Amino acid sequence: MKEKSKEIIYQRPESLRDVTTHYCPGCGHGTVHRLIAEVIDELGIRERTVGVAPVGCAVLAYDYFNFDVTEAAHGRPPAVATGMKRVRPELIIFTYQGDGDLAAIGIAETIHAANRGENITVIFVNNGIYGMTGGQMAPTTLIGQKTATSPQGRQFQNEGPPLKVGEMLAPLDGTAYIARGALDKPANIIKVRQYIKQAFQNQIEERRFSLVEILSPCPTYWHLSPADSMKKITDEVILNFPIGVIKDER
Amino acid sequence: MKTEKPTKPILICGNEAIGEAAIQAGCLAYFGYPITPQNELTAYMASRMPEEGRVFIQSESELAAINMVFGASALGVRAMTSSSSPGISLKQEGISYLAGCELPAVIVNMSRGGPGLGNIGPAQSDYFQSTRGGGHGDYRTPVLAGASVQELADVTFLAFDLADRYRTPVLILGDGILGQMMGPVLIKHPEPTRIPPKDWILGGAAGRPPRVIKSLFLGSGELDAHNRKLQERYRIIQDTEVRHEEFKTDDAELIMVAYGITARLCREVVRNIRREGHKVGLLRPITLWPFPSGRIAELCSTAKKFLSVEMSYGQMVDDVRLAVNGRRPVDFFGNGGGEILTVEEIEGYTVKLSLDLS
Repeated sequence: MKEKSKEIIYQRPESLRDVTTHYCPGCGHGTVHRLIAEVIDELGIRERTVGVAPVGCAVLAYDYFNFDVTEAAHGRPPAVATGMKRVRPELIIFTYQGDGDLAAIGIAETIHAANRGENITVIFVNNGIYGMTGGQMAPTTLIGQKTATSPQGRQFQNEGPPLKVGEMLAPLDGTAYIARGALDKPANIIKVRQYIKQAFQNQIEERRFSLVEILSPCPTYWHLSPADSMKKITDEVILNFPIGVIKDER
Repeated sequence: MKTEKPTKPILICGNEAIGEAAIQAGCLAYFGYPITPQNELTAYMASRMPEEGRVFIQSESELAAINMVFGASALGVRAMTSSSSPGISLKQEGISYLAGCELPAVIVNMSRGGPGLGNIGPAQSDYFQSTRGGGHGDYRTPVLAGASVQELADVTFLAFDLADRYRTPVLILGDGILGQMMGPVLIKHPEPTRIPPKDWILGGAAGRPPRVIKSLFLGSGELDAHNRKLQERYRIIQDTEVRHEEFKTDDAELIMVAYGITARLCREVVRNIRREGHKVGLLRPITLWPFPSGRIAELCSTAKKFLSVEMSYGQMVDDVRLAVNGRRPVDFFGNGGGEILTVEEIEGYTVKLSLDLS
């Protein structure tokens, strides 16, 4: 009998270590990690990539990626990445940040790295909450959303509206590429993958600052099931944070 | 590198002397933010670093500057930032992370009056912050204090070497006067020292397992093990890297202890009042941490009293007391209002103490 030929069509990317992550069931970080790892493999840049991990739920990202990664203080990854990219421009430097890290405590570093047009890639995971510290309000928390520090729900008059980082950075001349995607359904995940790939491609081609914002679920602190969390992204989060390419100056 | 070794003295200010020495020491990246009285250093680097094909960025904040240093250092590059007191407070988060992550870096503090915004006059009131770690957690950083424009250049070479040798941030502590006064400087390249290979740097995991730089240790006992390694390194630094200078201490009954610009004034006081028969000497720490405690303890066998003179309300005096450990009385003279002491006022106080001894 003739043996059927077998072809591997799906496997763990080389850029992702074969370990179990600490992320909660239904969390989006694992998906984003995988997308980044796939893209880095595809572009053949694993051996010249250095990641900058945040403080927040993804603080242990260096245990999951299979390339060089450094820690950075809360909010400071864009400054750390700036120091790296300026001294070794041939390396591929990316930051991986949550909404507290990037949009609250590190907003100054974010804006100025963007405005200087640093040739780095920023992966911004927006789940509208501080997960690591126990579900506090983030700059991107939706109006009315209840959190540990907005128990009555976020109010426009008190906390202001959710911060739209992508739209805020897009007018800066230093930015080359700003896109926002969502993890709520496979079609959108495929788009996120394309955005991430473009953001790394831009760095290879020295097109300056690229940022991909990813709307991601936090079932634990949204107090929803993983499936309902995805539905919330589709029904509510995307209405507040429209998805698509916000700026592309290729 | 295009750097050429200057062979004759050049007339520059203290801030510029540090800048030129840093360039000659192989500093490839400088990140700074404006603050008085260290602006000459940032401006010097802004023009000199690009000339050398190196990296200069005026950052958006002190936080960003120290974290840019962190990034450059993580890739194995000699990197530096500078500031003055309020800006150094902002850098403390980053200095703590550098210490925890075992990253070399050089940080210059041309200190000014505090607390708060204080004033822009010269001060030595950041001694506690400098010598006790400054940020959060159990760590120390070597602290180098020059007393002249020439010595600021000399300790800059030493700072980069110590940083690389011990994988630690190193502070250069000056003050507003030292930074801005002019002086002849010969950029002396010291003998190359043995720097351990940088087998920890990030730069792409080509042909080797990935590396991680971190200060987070969550497992039971992991942080303790990491911190014990740091503490062992600090012990070696204390055993081997103390530097100080003495002036007429052999027969001195009263020993003044002073560093930086204040030590220059005290040296003059010693010279002046020795002519009147006062047996006074001066011990000048060059490393504030590690502190020359051992030598001060030895001097207790010949000296009757110690006097710490500082542009503060009494900070280093604590270290003098710890070194003396109750064997001799320790006195203090100083002023922390961002104003330099005068030879006359130090002399008046010192003569009075000396007369009390006899």
